[in-house]
Amino acid sequence: MARDLKEIKDINEIKDLGWDELIPGAALFSFTEPVEDVAEVPMEERPYAPTNSHEWQVGDWRVEKPVYNRDLCIDCQFCWVFCPDMSILSRDKKMIGVIYEHCKGCGICVEVCPTNPKSLLMFPEHMDNDEALSMWPKKEEKDK
Amino acid sequence: MVKKIKNLKEFSLSNDRFEGANLMCPGCSHNIIVREVLNATDDPVIVATATGCLEVCTAVYPKTSWDVSWIHIGFENAAVAAATVSAAYEVMKKKGKLPPATQKMVDEGREPKIVAFAGDGGTYDIGFQSLSGAFERGHNFMYVCLDNEVYANTGGQRSSSTPIGASTTTSPAGSVSYGEKMMKKSMVEIMADHGAPYVAQVSPSKWKDLVKKVQKGFEVYGPVYINAQSACTTEWKHAPEDTIEVSDLGVDSCVWPLYEIINERDEHGIIYSTKLNITYRPKTKIPVEEYLAAQPRFRHLFKPENRHIIDLWQKAVDARWEYLQKREEAGV
Ligand SMILES: Cc1ncc(C[n+]2csc(CCOP(=O)(O)OP(=O)(O)O)c2C)c(N)n1
Ligand code: SF4
Ligand code: SF4
Ligand code: SF4
Ligand SMILES: [Mg+2]
Repeated sequence: MARDLKEIKDINEIKDLGWDELIPGAALFSFTEPVEDVAEVPMEERPYAPTNSHEWQVGDWRVEKPVYNRDLCIDCQFCWVFCPDMSILSRDKKMIGVIYEHCKGCGICVEVCPTNPKSLLMFPEHMDNDEALSMWPKKEEKDK
Repeated sequence: MVKKIKNLKEFSLSNDRFEGANLMCPGCSHNIIVREVLNATDDPVIVATATGCLEVCTAVYPKTSWDVSWIHIGFENAAVAAATVSAAYEVMKKKGKLPPATQKMVDEGREPKIVAFAGDGGTYDIGFQSLSGAFERGHNFMYVCLDNEVYANTGGQRSSSTPIGASTTTSPAGSVSYGEKMMKKSMVEIMADHGAPYVAQVSPSKWKDLVKKVQKGFEVYGPVYINAQSACTTEWKHAPEDTIEVSDLGVDSCVWPLYEIINERDEHGIIYSTKLNITYRPKTKIPVEEYLAAQPRFRHLFKPENRHIIDLWQKAVDARWEYLQKREEAGV
């Protein structure tokens, strides 16, 4: 039986639905209730609908993940601005960490990080972040 | 209302209205451009997107990655959709029929911004007539071309934006061909010649330049064209982590010069002033060869028999850079 997306509140119900089970042309909602001024509402406080891709994840695309080292970071926000996937979480001008559900492991954040050694580095997906932090490289001498 | 963005830290206070877990490739520039454009303002934004990677991968039923009003339109008519929204908005505003939430923002000086996003296929080729028409009629909206120089979403066919020597699926390099035969179309000048009040070329790697231009574009009344360099890891065949570096090589070699053209018209529509400003001058202009070498779509050009195409490239880029500087100097 065809189902209207408006009626569905649980993301898992959508994931299990076939194309033929959806009402054709049913509207997709970003939020479960009206948000008047989205630009003023931070991600954590938004009433995301199950039909918003924010509620889904693409983390399993990765084979390597960026690991963040707070001790070295200068909060320049290069990683934030160049991340194509809204996966760098910054609050009050400070870098906080990586949103692993949405990070596709492209590695751009690592490339643009200007510190020496870098404050973000790629590690194998299966490695524990604490282990990655314990193996962090030392400062690299620059060739002049 | 112009959002205050003095530096990157201040910019990072933006709350993205474009969402993660969309299905764009890892390292895709389209996403970086969309973020920078949307975050350039906190005003409401209405987006129309032409078919292409951005549309297809951010609206895979039953999901949407858009927290702004968003219109899924055809491949060839993003400009019409945006122009129509703009015309409808103006009538509703005049008649006092805006929805209360919108009216409140308008009263606070936060007019909705209407933006069309389309690929180069959807802009330089198939969408050109609707784009040209909307610009000629002078609707108040911004058109952003996500220029990855290829029909990426359908497997990498050449477009009139594809530069000479690029290997694409319809201009493949091989034993008898060095790839694409035609030079890239000069879309920025073509759009400026419509008399649009503001036209600019940008790169996502120079975020501040991009944001400033988008903000300028939002402030003028009339159609605004933004040509955005969009390095495509899949079709340019560079590693995803190199997207920003490849973009920078394009800018620093002057393959992708950053500039703006401002037209001023009198009440009869006569253009009385045209100014071209170069907004970024590389400290050292690097050889085009370095830009080409970073992208395997040009790999075959480094064979001895194709070397002359690299020389041609350099000549074309130098001539164009010279032309832009002359125009800037002359104030035309
Ligand atoms: C009228 C029409 N013709 C062809 C297509 C198939 N089509 C969908 S996306 C696309 C390529 C888009 O290329 P471009 O505009 O450069 O955007 P990109 O995917 O590169 O971002 C094509 C040919 C279509 N959707 N509609
Ligand atoms: S690896 Fe790519 S997607 Fe992940 S946080 Fe870094 S820039 Fe973003
Ligand atoms: S780019 Fe590096 S130094 Fe800058 S905010 Fe990100 S992690 Fe910190
Ligand atoms: S093919 Fe290119 S433009 Fe399309 S999503 Fe992938 S990287 Fe982006
Ligand atoms: Mg394209």
